[in-house]
Amino acid sequence: MSILIDETTPVIFQGFTGDKATFHAREALAYGTRLVGGVTPGKGGTRHLGLPVFDTVKAAVRATGATASGIFVPAPFCADAIMEAADAGVRLIVCITDGIPAQDMIRVKRYMRRYPRERKPVLIGPNCAGVISAGRAMIGIMPGHIYTRGRIGIVSRSGTLGYEAASQMQALGLGVTSSVGIGGDPINGSSFVDILALFEEDDDTDAVMMIGEIGGPQEAEASLFVRDHMSKPVVGYVAGLTAPAGRRMGHAGAIISAFGDSAAEKAEIMRASGLVVAPSPAELGGAMALALARQGPAAMAVHA
Amino acid sequence: MDIHEYQAKELLANFGVPVPRGGVAYTAEQAMFRAEEIGGSRWVVKAQIHSGARGRAGGVKVCDSEHEVRLAAGDLLGKRLVTHQTGPAGKVVHRLYVEEAVAIAREIYLGLVLDRREERVCVVAAPEGGVEIEEIARDRPDTIMREVIEPAVGMQPFQARELAFGLGVRPSEVNQAVKAIIGAYKAFRDLDATMVEINPLAVTVAGKVLALDAKMTFDDNALFRRPNVSELRDYAEEDPRDAEASKHGLSYIALDGAIGCIVNGAGLAMATMDMIKHAGGEPANFLDIGGGASPERVAAAFQLVLSDPRVRVVLVNIFAGINRCDWVAQGIVQAAGSMSVQVPVVARLAGTNVEEGRRILRESGLPIVAAADLADAARQAVLALERRGASPNGATNGAA
Repeated sequence: MSILIDETTPVIFQGFTGDKATFHAREALAYGTRLVGGVTPGKGGTRHLGLPVFDTVKAAVRATGATASGIFVPAPFCADAIMEAADAGVRLIVCITDGIPAQDMIRVKRYMRRYPRERKPVLIGPNCAGVISAGRAMIGIMPGHIYTRGRIGIVSRSGTLGYEAASQMQALGLGVTSSVGIGGDPINGSSFVDILALFEEDDDTDAVMMIGEIGGPQEAEASLFVRDHMSKPVVGYVAGLTAPAGRRMGHAGAIISAFGDSAAEKAEIMRASGLVVAPSPAELGGAMALALARQGPAAMAVHA
Repeated sequence: MDIHEYQAKELLANFGVPVPRGGVAYTAEQAMFRAEEIGGSRWVVKAQIHSGARGRAGGVKVCDSEHEVRLAAGDLLGKRLVTHQTGPAGKVVHRLYVEEAVAIAREIYLGLVLDRREERVCVVAAPEGGVEIEEIARDRPDTIMREVIEPAVGMQPFQARELAFGLGVRPSEVNQAVKAIIGAYKAFRDLDATMVEINPLAVTVAGKVLALDAKMTFDDNALFRRPNVSELRDYAEEDPRDAEASKHGLSYIALDGAIGCIVNGAGLAMATMDMIKHAGGEPANFLDIGGGASPERVAAAFQLVLSDPRVRVVLVNIFAGINRCDWVAQGIVQAAGSMSVQVPVVARLAGTNVEEGRRILRESGLPIVAAADLADAARQAVLALERRGASPNGATNGAA
């Protein structure tokens, strides 16, 4: 199986008729995603890419039964779009857009607290590559062909580093169950811990590759989660060993501003928590092969 | 985005934070005039650069006459101040702030930050201000108080009172402190700040609470809805290359090495820098060309990277998802053709339209080294640098 989405998940896109959403909707459909429509306020009742367009997420959910949404609306309207999706009962909300004000995300996270655990939607992103279940379905902007079906889960802040990991594993004959980009913002939806927990429960995932970067407490929290709650091997890498302190490295959240924010400190916590840490970004695949080999020959055989 | 102390004080004063009387000056005459305007017999002349620790760097002068104000101002204007926050190059002083000097009874630290663990605004305070919070955290961590703000209702007066009493503010001065703390929070919230620091928040001998220094940083992503904040931007304080980069939708940070980097995605850009280091080189910059880069944007990236005279090799690393390798390749060819690129270029392309991209580079006839993967790209870049006779870490780098 996979986590979060598969070929049966009914998906809508918010900001559906815009250029970016249109491009990635075509890609998603070609990949096999069950895209059932989209939302653009004011264009309800029309059709786009042969699919129905709705004015509101509620109307879209009512008509299509969608349980997942990909958000491509411009940054100033994203917080609103995320809350609209949550209110309409969407279970998985993937926000691709970058540039959302941090205080908007504070509001979104506060809003999500109104839902009891079992009804709380899963938010991925913002400022992320999205979610892909190899060979099944995708909500995101990743190049689908670099993901072969297999038994490794990937969770990464950075989109492009997630691609790098997938292609290095593909070169070694290792496939992927699902890959999740959690995004580079300081305040985001699902954390590393949230996604690691899903991979731990997924019967078809044998090991997880986790790719962090400088800034924030999530990599350290995830390392402790791996140590205390995971039976599956986890390979880690933290980008930004050469990043100077106090400078924002592209991502709004990638800044060394507190103790424990640096790549070296995070990698050390990973190592101390039992993760196999890739010594360089060129050895993501190699480190995974090593972690699987440690599990014994049986584990490797499955992946051969 | 950062702003100057005097700008932060003006914004904070609008939200009820008490600040000393003061005025900005661009010349020594103006500084003297400001002192006269403010009145009194003692003033502080403060260099306005985007950095803390200005006092230690000699950027703050206490003056006992208007003549002294004029001398201090003349001395500071045009001076290059070096602090641990400016880096060794320092920053040149173009503006001054002249303030009434006050007799300080005690100094408090007050800061507001985005707490990433709580995902909320957090107020941080310590009873001994005037030193940096890092120092307090190291030497007296248990004196630091924190109040996390519930976003649905905002900061409540009881939270500010708890802080004020906890800081040991005298009962007769608590109301003033509360007003300052709540004012700072409202400014943070209503102006989309990511950091407000009042250090020190002083209690004067006369029993007044005053923000003696103030620093504010704003969320770049929210500037679109804060025109009164974005107009405070001082381009003289920024690396001109950063400004040039943002004009083209590029994210650029200059570093010290000799290998220029052009990468898509912030994470991959950081990883490429790590890889260069791993291969024995030093990156000259961080550069993310962003998603959906056009050939023009790639050409602009080349121009930017090559504007650094230390750059002796350029490494292009593209893993195209939302991008297209053929467009990137066209950009490389366009840049190489129009600027007569004098340095070796190593290019690693992967992802969307990779075959087409590689073909464009091959058929361009340009001396571009095609790298198979990330490790190969870094290795080739360091090799190319060594062939140019430069030490890979850029230390013995002569004129380019």
